Amino acid sequence: MKPPLLEVKGLKVSVAGKQILRGIDLSVAAGTVHAIMGPNGSGKSTLSHVLTGREGYRVEAGTARFCGKDLLSLPAEERAREGVFLAFQYPVEIAGVTNKYFLKAAYNALRKHHGQPELSAGDFLKHVKKKAQLVEMDPALLNRDVNFGFSGGEKKRNEILQLAVLEPRLCLLDETDSGLDIDALKIVARGINALRDPERAFVVVTHYQRLLDYVEPDFVHVLAGGRIVKSGGKELALQLEKEGYGWLEAAQA
Amino acid sequence: MLTKTVNYAILVLEQKYTEFKSIFNDMANEPLERLTQEGYKYGFVSAIDADQAPPGLSEDVIRLISAKKGEPDWLLEWRLKAYRHWLTMKEPTWANVRYPKIDYQGIIYYSAPKPKKQLGSIEEVDPEVRRTFEKLGIPLEEQKLLAGVAVDAVLDSVSVATTFKKVLSEAGVIFCPFSEAVREHPDLVRKYLGSVVPYTDNFFATLNSAVFSDGSFAYIPKGVRCPMELSTYFRINAASTGQFERTLIVAEDDASVSYLEGCTAPMRDENQLHAAVVELVALDRAQIKYSTIQNWYPGDKDGKGGIYNFVTKRGICRGRSSKISWTQVETGSAITWKYPGCILKGDDSVGEFYSVALANHHQQADTGTKMIHLGRNTRSTIVSKGISAGHGQNSYRGLVKIAKDAVGSRNYSQCDSLLMGELCGAHTFPYLEVNNTSSRVEHEATTSRIGEDQLFYCRSRGLSSEDAVGMIVNGFCKEVFKELPIEFAVEAHKLLSISLEGSVG
Repeated sequence: MKPPLLEVKGLKVSVAGKQILRGIDLSVAAGTVHAIMGPNGSGKSTLSHVLTGREGYRVEAGTARFCGKDLLSLPAEERAREGVFLAFQYPVEIAGVTNKYFLKAAYNALRKHHGQPELSAGDFLKHVKKKAQLVEMDPALLNRDVNFGFSGGEKKRNEILQLAVLEPRLCLLDETDSGLDIDALKIVARGINALRDPERAFVVVTHYQRLLDYVEPDFVHVLAGGRIVKSGGKELALQLEKEGYGWLEAAQA
Repeated sequence: MLTKTVNYAILVLEQKYTEFKSIFNDMANEPLERLTQEGYKYGFVSAIDADQAPPGLSEDVIRLISAKKGEPDWLLEWRLKAYRHWLTMKEPTWANVRYPKIDYQGIIYYSAPKPKKQLGSIEEVDPEVRRTFEKLGIPLEEQKLLAGVAVDAVLDSVSVATTFKKVLSEAGVIFCPFSEAVREHPDLVRKYLGSVVPYTDNFFATLNSAVFSDGSFAYIPKGVRCPMELSTYFRINAASTGQFERTLIVAEDDASVSYLEGCTAPMRDENQLHAAVVELVALDRAQIKYSTIQNWYPGDKDGKGGIYNFVTKRGICRGRSSKISWTQVETGSAITWKYPGCILKGDDSVGEFYSVALANHHQQADTGTKMIHLGRNTRSTIVSKGISAGHGQNSYRGLVKIAKDAVGSRNYSQCDSLLMGELCGAHTFPYLEVNNTSSRVEHEATTSRIGEDQLFYCRSRGLSSEDAVGMIVNGFCKEVFKELPIEFAVEAHKLLSISLEGSVG
């Protein structure tokens, strides 16, 4: 049997001496969409950051395997090259570097890692334009500096474009729906749906149900107090939407 | 006396040869050691037969320099006036830099490779000199074939090769070593030498005026667009030899020229003083573009060694609607003290300054510009990008002065600083002086830090930390790099990344 794409076991993580994740177990198979929901401060962002290698987090216990490989021992860039992608809650601006150039450098870093020749500027442009169409993004944004002066919606769409271009196997979306109006939300959701693939998995971290109206999850997990306190199907998200997180937190206490 | 000099020369040669050998042995045997010195890839010493003055400065040494060059009396007199004036001056202390006191009597003020005979073509150049250039990655023949750039190669204060003279002379352009210009075009030199930077200008410029060894001279006659980019590579070579280059560029009415200056120097432990002077003169509607990449040895990671670069560069837009544009990428030197400026005398004239200055490890840079608006409707643009890393200290110092009669003038200044790490510093000293009410001056400044956020963002897309820093820094400098001639821009790109290697992670 193939190992799951992502297998997290007993993961305990602290930041500046404070334990944030207190034992996470999560198994994500290729072709599935998992939603991780939870109140503020429950450790949602910490989980996505620690899985993608951001510094400043201390893993106290547990493991995280990606396609059977020990993810936590790899530096951030290695994880990306292996096929793990994080769509940021707050995409970072880089002045003076065009989106196109940035994407090409990233794309070729990935190709190099997999022993493939780098793509020429012309071939890359073809690739990126196709992907821009897929996620309904204005190709003009490719010539602008990375996220520089982008609206909130443009930034999030740019994250989805990067996802489309880099073709990762595991996609972590960190509150991609935050700060989006309903139209932008729909476009982003359509982009994600267009990228669903039997070989690819999504872990959608979100505070609200509304993204899940458009990106239908196979599994929903509720993260509270640093633990997954409940897992279920998409109906769990609807229940949370109706009843809030209070009943779960109360059950925790 | 003669025997003594010869013996001394032999001694110097032997020392240099031993040093040369040991450096190459080190390179072969100690790859690790070289790696820890990464960044400065041009550290070697070439064993060229040097002919140098005894250390120290006196009227006799100045007479020796002048005599060696066969200079006319007026130039010797000019040098001596400068020297006498220099004796009354004090070394400036206002710059935001720290360094031990310089022993001006310990410096050797003249050093020249011995030409075996008069050189007619590039093939006749000392093979050692040519190998040196090859190590620098700038073989003259390649320049000749590929770049279409005329190279006036200055090595050890004496110009040893000039190419493309023919094409230039057909266009009427004079481009030659300064000493040759003194011989061949004395009237032009006499007319313009010191007309922008007088010998009384400042401590270092005055010292240069007294002892300058050689440099470049370019003259573009009326209505001529120089048919190629003019390029000079400077190189500090003999041990303890201060370099005092003198460059003079004159563009007559409706003439235009683009001049490139690029520098590297061998690795050294003792500090080396460099005090160059560059003067530009633009007459009616003339345009001069002067681009520099400066990559002199910055000292090691602990701040030991490195070049002191105390340079005076100034241009005058003497004619109407003339334009002078300075672009500099300063990545080298232990200390940089440099303010390329423009005197905008002609009505409607334009001055520009685009600068990237990097201070890594223990480097100190105090650099900026002076824009002096004298004519009506004159315009100036200043774009300064300072990058500080390690213990580096980077200061922008700029003066914008608009005279009473310079009505309708405008200046726009943008001054951005980028910090990497916790121990470096960025400082800004803008001076604005506006003496009429119809002129407008704008100054914008930003300070940012390459943050963990930006780095993580790039790394999460598969880029290494070093590639990410290179990308972010080059993005930061983009507005300046786009002003550089294309081949220089490519070099500048690489140079910045090399200079910042190891400054993250």
